[in-house]
Amino acid sequence: MNKQDTNIFKAAWTYDEAPESTDHIQIKKIYELFIDGKFTKPIKGNYFDTINPATNKVIASVAEATTEDVDVAVKAARKAFGSWSKLSGKERGKYIFRIARLIQERAREFAVIESLDGGKPIRESRDIDIPLAANHFFYYAGWADKLEYAFPNRTPKPLGVAGQIIPWNFPLLMAAWKIAPALATGNTVVLKPAETTPLTALKLAEIIQESGLPKGVVNIVTGAGETGASIVNHPDINKIAFTGSTGVGKYIQKAIAGTNKKLTLELGGKGANIIFEDAAIDQAVEGIVNAIFFNQGHVCCAGSRLFVQESVADLVIQKLKNRMETLIVGNPLDKNTDIGAINSKKQLQTIENYIKIGINEGGEIYQPKCKLPKEGNWCAPTLFINVSQSHRIVQEEIFGPVLAIQTFRTIDEVIEKANNTPYGLSAGVWTQNGAKIFHLTQKLEAGVIWANTFNKFDPASPFGGYKESGFGREGGLHGLKPYLKFE
Amino acid sequence: MFPNLNNLPVYDTTGVNERIARFCTRSIKASSKNEGLKMALSMIDLTTLEGKDTKGKVQQLCYKAMHPHDSLKNIPTVAAICVYPSYVGIAKKALEGSDIQVASVATAFPSGQSTLEVKLSDTKFAVDQGADEIDMVISRGEFLAGNYQFVFDEIAAIKEACGKAHLKVILETGELETLDNVRKASEIAMYAGADFIKTSTGKIQPAATLPVTYVMFDAIKDYYLKTGKMIGMKPAGGISTSKIALQYLVMLNEVLGEKWMNKKYFRFGASSLTNDILMQLVKAETGIYQSINYFSKD
Repeated sequence: MNKQDTNIFKAAWTYDEAPESTDHIQIKKIYELFIDGKFTKPIKGNYFDTINPATNKVIASVAEATTEDVDVAVKAARKAFGSWSKLSGKERGKYIFRIARLIQERAREFAVIESLDGGKPIRESRDIDIPLAANHFFYYAGWADKLEYAFPNRTPKPLGVAGQIIPWNFPLLMAAWKIAPALATGNTVVLKPAETTPLTALKLAEIIQESGLPKGVVNIVTGAGETGASIVNHPDINKIAFTGSTGVGKYIQKAIAGTNKKLTLELGGKGANIIFEDAAIDQAVEGIVNAIFFNQGHVCCAGSRLFVQESVADLVIQKLKNRMETLIVGNPLDKNTDIGAINSKKQLQTIENYIKIGINEGGEIYQPKCKLPKEGNWCAPTLFINVSQSHRIVQEEIFGPVLAIQTFRTIDEVIEKANNTPYGLSAGVWTQNGAKIFHLTQKLEAGVIWANTFNKFDPASPFGGYKESGFGREGGLHGLKPYLKFE
Repeated sequence: MFPNLNNLPVYDTTGVNERIARFCTRSIKASSKNEGLKMALSMIDLTTLEGKDTKGKVQQLCYKAMHPHDSLKNIPTVAAICVYPSYVGIAKKALEGSDIQVASVATAFPSGQSTLEVKLSDTKFAVDQGADEIDMVISRGEFLAGNYQFVFDEIAAIKEACGKAHLKVILETGELETLDNVRKASEIAMYAGADFIKTSTGKIQPAATLPVTYVMFDAIKDYYLKTGKMIGMKPAGGISTSKIALQYLVMLNEVLGEKWMNKKYFRFGASSLTNDILMQLVKAETGIYQSINYFSKD
């Protein structure tokens, strides 16, 4: 069927720049630690720069929290825990609702800062990240006074101080996923945002101040891995919630072995996205795009392994290539941008290294002809065709816009291959046959399985992994449990 | 050649709507907007299809087609005038000397509920009067009853009666209910000899929608890949503002691409769209929105 020139479908009408305005945002030159309700200078006085990955220019200087600072933050959280945990659920809910509303009011500012600091397209931060973050607070605000109904006859009680460490791919959203259920259940929080994307968490600190939340209930300390280690190893923390790489997850589990700390881990993934011949092919192609190129592929649940049934493989790959030609890569603040900047130089190197590995392993690479900006960190959306389960790019999490494509013949074969990974976070199934969907969802070892869609999130829906993708659930009723003990 | 309807692609409505939402978030500004507006203007089939149409009304519309807004320099004329067969001769004469096409609806428009003989003579009359393009309707009743061969044969017969005139086949998607049906009807029409496939008569709600047009684009794309033949597309009805027209063009640009981005392969069936585009073009030039009364209503 490919006798015709498929390049004929190339778009010709180029859209003029349509950048979102940055006039309305307020970013301070220097950000300090948010401890006990106030912005506080770091004890050792060290600061690090946070950089706009689209230009590599410094946006602001951010305090680096040492073990001493973390200790002050934990003490503040411990002190606040006494009265916060005794406050009625209804009163706690009021504060959380207030935070949710304040995020909504300043949604535009949050969206722009998220894109500036992290490189994600404004379309995503505006339409997905920020609204979802607000929704998460709204959702858990509703649970705050209903815990006894959520867990009938089990007398749920808060744990104490929660140490929370979040990644750089969805900075504000991950902060919301962590803070909202902790507050709803009566815990206090010491949260560390990622060192490349601390700004929206610090803006959230401003909102928390404005909301009148009692001081010390939420403390936000910035820094890199060492700051995180100080939280993990602090003796007066009752619970660790971590989202990030499987490597660090393993370190954390070792570090807290033998302590009473409770733990939830949301780690890496290598999601299987499975397209059957009886799928709505065109929508499946769109689903592939959303699964792997959403947020530059910096998504732990990305559909980074594509399985296409052999009878439709050529068609799907051709349609996917055509679709990729229309993806716009560039300035994250431009409203027409589909794929923004890679979050950091370090991550770009990791991705480029994997692309090299893929080429060396003999994978057939495809990248659309897109112009990449000169400054900043950029990676064109990339396919590897004709690869197998034995290729490293199929086995390891790349965390970038790189898709490995394999074909399959039968349903049993694809189930076996999809599960043939140490990870188990997400999967996608594309077929118009309902029975097939239920058959697969029973057999696939993944915490989240989407049918005829991909990368959809809702605060009411629990999220988490199997196997080396972690344990514990965030979101939904399930998301309350890791922050409670039952008497 | 009757198409194989057994292995047609299927469509997931939720997925299609999501894709459409992505097109609609494209932000078209500055010179690309101007370019898009002019392109849209040049693709309009300026239409009047009313029982109360008269010679005078058609002549006025023809003048408007040739002179959309004389105070604006460097704007194109519309692509065609679309009228009932009885006014083809009048329109043809009024448009003499311009390259504006005369399109005529035929085949017992809009319901198509008549015999093939009547439909053929309706078509032949319009062609004899000088119609450059024929907009026919398919027999939706027969289609929904599963008599696809009947629908195919009817289109093929009309195509033959058209002679040199281009044939646009109206699917009346508002009566076909599902996207899968739209795809099936598109397939039948293209294989039966349509030069264009068209969404609607404008007499049934919903008329043209972005999801339906998307599915028809997809059918055109696949038909090109199989046969190497380019089929045109005409959404008609309900496209009344520049904003919506630009959304259609964004979708055209990103699905079928540059070869289809001209009046030879894409048309808007619309009447009030023209003035809205003109208003936007004047705004682009002067920075001010003028009152609608500065734009002629013919």
